[in-house]
Amino acid sequence: MKVVRELENRIERKLYRQGKILGGVYVGRGQEAIAVGSCIDLRADDVVCPSHRDMGAFLIRGMSLRTIFAQYMGKKTGATKGKDSNMHMGSLEHNLIAFISMLGDNVPVAAGIGLSFKMRGQDRVVMCSFGDGATSRGDWHEGLNMASVLKCPVVFICNNNQYAYSTPLERQMAVENVADRAPAYGMPGEIVDGNDVLAVWNASQRAIEYARNGNGPSLIECKTFRMTGHSAHDDASYVPQELFDYWETRDPIRRLERTLIQQNILSEAGIAEMDKGIHAEIDEAIAIAEKDPYPEPEDCLRDVYFEEQ
Amino acid sequence: MALTTYVDAIRQGISEEMERDDNVFVLGEDVGIYGGAFKVTTGLLEKFGETRVIDTPISESAIVGAAIGAALMGLRPIAEMQFADFISCAFDQITNFAAKCRYRWGAGIPIVVRAPSGGGIHGGPFHSQNPEMHFVHTPGLKVVCPSTAYDAKGLLKAAIRDPDPVIFFEHKYLYRRVKEELPDGDILVPIGKAALRRKGTDISVITYGAMVYVALDAAKELEKEGIDVEVVDLRSLLPFDKEAVLESVKKTNKVILLHEDTRTGGFAGELAALISEEAFDYLDGPIRRITAPDTPVPFSPPMEEFFLPKISDVLRVARELHAY
Repeated sequence: MKVVRELENRIERKLYRQGKILGGVYVGRGQEAIAVGSCIDLRADDVVCPSHRDMGAFLIRGMSLRTIFAQYMGKKTGATKGKDSNMHMGSLEHNLIAFISMLGDNVPVAAGIGLSFKMRGQDRVVMCSFGDGATSRGDWHEGLNMASVLKCPVVFICNNNQYAYSTPLERQMAVENVADRAPAYGMPGEIVDGNDVLAVWNASQRAIEYARNGNGPSLIECKTFRMTGHSAHDDASYVPQELFDYWETRDPIRRLERTLIQQNILSEAGIAEMDKGIHAEIDEAIAIAEKDPYPEPEDCLRDVYFEEQ
Repeated sequence: MALTTYVDAIRQGISEEMERDDNVFVLGEDVGIYGGAFKVTTGLLEKFGETRVIDTPISESAIVGAAIGAALMGLRPIAEMQFADFISCAFDQITNFAAKCRYRWGAGIPIVVRAPSGGGIHGGPFHSQNPEMHFVHTPGLKVVCPSTAYDAKGLLKAAIRDPDPVIFFEHKYLYRRVKEELPDGDILVPIGKAALRRKGTDISVITYGAMVYVALDAAKELEKEGIDVEVVDLRSLLPFDKEAVLESVKKTNKVILLHEDTRTGGFAGELAALISEEAFDYLDGPIRRITAPDTPVPFSPPMEEFFLPKISDVLRVARELHAY
């Protein structure tokens, strides 16, 4: 979680402002516990369909910091070799499916991945993530329904950060909770504190086992808050300051740190030491990515279709 | 040898590929127990079981999305749209997810989306459309429109084996109206290659799908008047066989572009641009288009007949062009 926080701080607050990263930048500040808690227990052969505030998923699956920074900078060494931007990263080697901007499109895709496991008799599962806004899209509903009808081994995980760009939850849905929709699709739904990594981890473990044992999909709604604007250019002036203040006290990283300190597992000094290590690792990755080459302009013509190597 | 209809040829293609490769499977609405709205998949459930012939909810977007997911894991899904008209519901998954995965992150999406298209069956505005151009305008996809039983089988098998997403427009009007003897064994028709259906010297008619037969019937009439028409069946629209088009135009020096799709933004416009750019000096007359008008497909028989390009349209335009 701390690596994610620092990585995204550098991306949004430094490299973007320096003009070294262009285009859209969307970070998951305050939501780090969700991707980390939901993905930490997956097997390497399980598949993750992350959404756009799930940087932790990429790190847990083993994508390197250098690849990620290079991706954001549009370098040839990025996950998409400069073809696509920001967190639109995928890697079949890491069983990570690249997100697309049409929210909720990864939901039916996750159902199909799960379907393939079922067809082949494999006990693999899919972790599929989305925000509260995505749950208004037809693909989300079609995908949940199909996954449930075909009993696909998928864990659907909602980052309910209460704002979709500027639109608050009550303008997004007329039900109180995303999880309230689960019974309509015949699957279990559960609400967890999305800022408590242990709670997310716990619920995910259960849902993963449920799917792995052939029971079909389930939905976990993680209540959280977006501690930024929608993207780097958005100052979120439409969000009441009290909400930021309240959720600041529930910061998932500080909460885990406090718990670990109380239980004498970690000390303030240990945390400072950890931070130092993270900073150094990130400094190094940025330095390498900055030196990495851009793609050749003509490379834009490649890989539209399969090419014989 | 028995004659094989266009619809049977498609079923044979699916069945043979499913026998050849365990990764090939079928999903869609009513494809299993019912055997498909047009009976294309009849018998496949009994033969291959419900693991590989999957009835789905009415969710075109999720059908294609699930096909994409399965393809990402190495399977070879054939997704059926019950009518090509309904492919609009899956437009986003096809054009944004399937078409761009390889380009973005190197993940090929080897899916086939079968789409029964075309008019002449009194289907009205939502069961008669020819929506191929939405997909021809999407880099990353391949689009085929077979006109014969042989091509339907051969292009389908090629599409299933293709490493990229292929939209397979099968013309409903042809399902049981065209038939031919098919050779035993594997039939593969390469995607992107046209077929010369009739050799001629005076005028080229470049067409595809059900309009191939309109062109051929018109050519027979015109032969009696001493007008020798060449008919080129494109078979594939993306990629399409530029060489075959240019070769024919350079030979006959006069060209008619014929399609059942509506006029504005139709494939004829693309062909006209190609011919102007690369064969302008060979033209002895204006490039002429024969297409459906820019309206939805009407239901009532007199209106539908008026709407669809027909033999008399080809005769009229060919005579004008011949006299030019």
